[in-house]
Amino acid sequence: MNKTRLYDKHVAAGARMVTFAGWLLPVQYPTGPIAEHHAVRTAAGLFDIDHMGQFVIHGPDALPFLQHIMTWDVSTLQPDDAHYSLMCYHDGTVVDDVFIYRRDNDYMVVVNAANRKKDLRWMVQQARGFNVQVTDVSDETYMLALQGPKAQTILQKLTDLDLSQLPRFTAKTGVVAGIMTLIGRTGYTGEDGFELYFAADQAERMWDALLDAGKEEGLLPCGLAARDSLRFEACFPLYGHEIHAGIDPISARLGYFVRTEKGPFIGRDALLKIRLEGPSQKLVGLEMLDKGVPRHGYTVLIDGKPRGHVTTGMKSPTLNKFLALAYIPAEHSQIGTEVEVVIHDTPKKAVVVKTPFYVPVYRR
Amino acid sequence: MSEYTILDDRRYTKTHEWILLEGDIATVGISDYAQHALSDVVYVELPEVGQQVEQGEAVAVVESVKAAEDVYAPLSGEIVAINEALPDNPEWVNEDPYGKGWFFKLKPSDPSAYDQLLDATAYQKVVEEEAH
Repeated sequence: MNKTRLYDKHVAAGARMVTFAGWLLPVQYPTGPIAEHHAVRTAAGLFDIDHMGQFVIHGPDALPFLQHIMTWDVSTLQPDDAHYSLMCYHDGTVVDDVFIYRRDNDYMVVVNAANRKKDLRWMVQQARGFNVQVTDVSDETYMLALQGPKAQTILQKLTDLDLSQLPRFTAKTGVVAGIMTLIGRTGYTGEDGFELYFAADQAERMWDALLDAGKEEGLLPCGLAARDSLRFEACFPLYGHEIHAGIDPISARLGYFVRTEKGPFIGRDALLKIRLEGPSQKLVGLEMLDKGVPRHGYTVLIDGKPRGHVTTGMKSPTLNKFLALAYIPAEHSQIGTEVEVVIHDTPKKAVVVKTPFYVPVYRR
Repeated sequence: MSEYTILDDRRYTKTHEWILLEGDIATVGISDYAQHALSDVVYVELPEVGQQVEQGEAVAVVESVKAAEDVYAPLSGEIVAINEALPDNPEWVNEDPYGKGWFFKLKPSDPSAYDQLLDATAYQKVVEEEAH
């Protein structure tokens, strides 16, 4: 079991620790996950996400290599840009979803903790014939997320870098609390905010400096439960739920990130075919008409027959509704379609609704 | 000294329900330890008034951010009232588990069975064993 360098701090703060992707991480602090969720929507939250993996892609063929393995057109990234992408298998199913940062002389790819070993193996395999090095720098790189409308105010207290000049989906290197940091204006909450990458041995110093700087603004340390409810409302996929090795990005309604026009890449032929023929199932948003909490794995009935399943569901803290993401047959995916979710052996009425449930602030 | 409140005016079960017998009516909820272990409660499903229940039968569900957990009938009998405001105010389970957060009232078919339930001292031991 892996512990992050902040493990002792989390325990001392009264956090409840759980196992996630081989890591012991805080699922919540004593304030509770709903209070943490609201803090991020209205003030700010700080997340220890050191379990995330970081790979550096370096060498003359870095760009052609990334073009080969990524669905996004990586050539569109200007220096300091950061962008979401998927990595697919030849059959179009998902290896992982990642964030790509273009830096001065290389690219950094941020991967899911659960997929770190698999991704590294996959990328090294695909790198044959490219003049490129793929280096796993996860152990020496620490990752924190500072998210929420007050994130800029808080972070600005600790850095000379003018954060008002750092647009969404870009990243710059600066000094934060005396620590050299890659500051990405990115995140997984649907709010404004930052993801910070810095030397792992500075983790405690950075954590304390941020919490201290954010006291007046109501900054709360947040656990995995709030991270999940925040990303769920914004309808960001979670690997192992909405996407996995058995599903393609078109069905997951991530087609925007699949740039088939950019030229050949792994999975392109399969994805073109799915795009042309239309996927057989689609990820949809559901709102419960009958009360009840839909959860991962619950069956979705259409005309009384099992035709789909919930990938994530909960009571949305921001919208105060029982909501779910679910795969159902494409022919039933129109908004307004009535379905049922089986909750504790009882079919409960739900309706297909527009997604995202919560439109990220930077997209409004 | 436990970090969880255990009131000595009522009885408990190993599955963390509390039972307060007043006259021939037993009020049922979940303990402070249980609400703490569950984390933020987001919904409850309650039984129906008039329903006949058996001791140990799952009759209600408490849904937290984390998971769905059954609530069991601590005694056999008839459900005579439910906390109708609770599904719309599930946070009461966290805020006031022994008061506003009650789930249902039942009329035990055998009121003497109440004495077989755990008293506060015995329940304290259950919590200590589970919490560590």
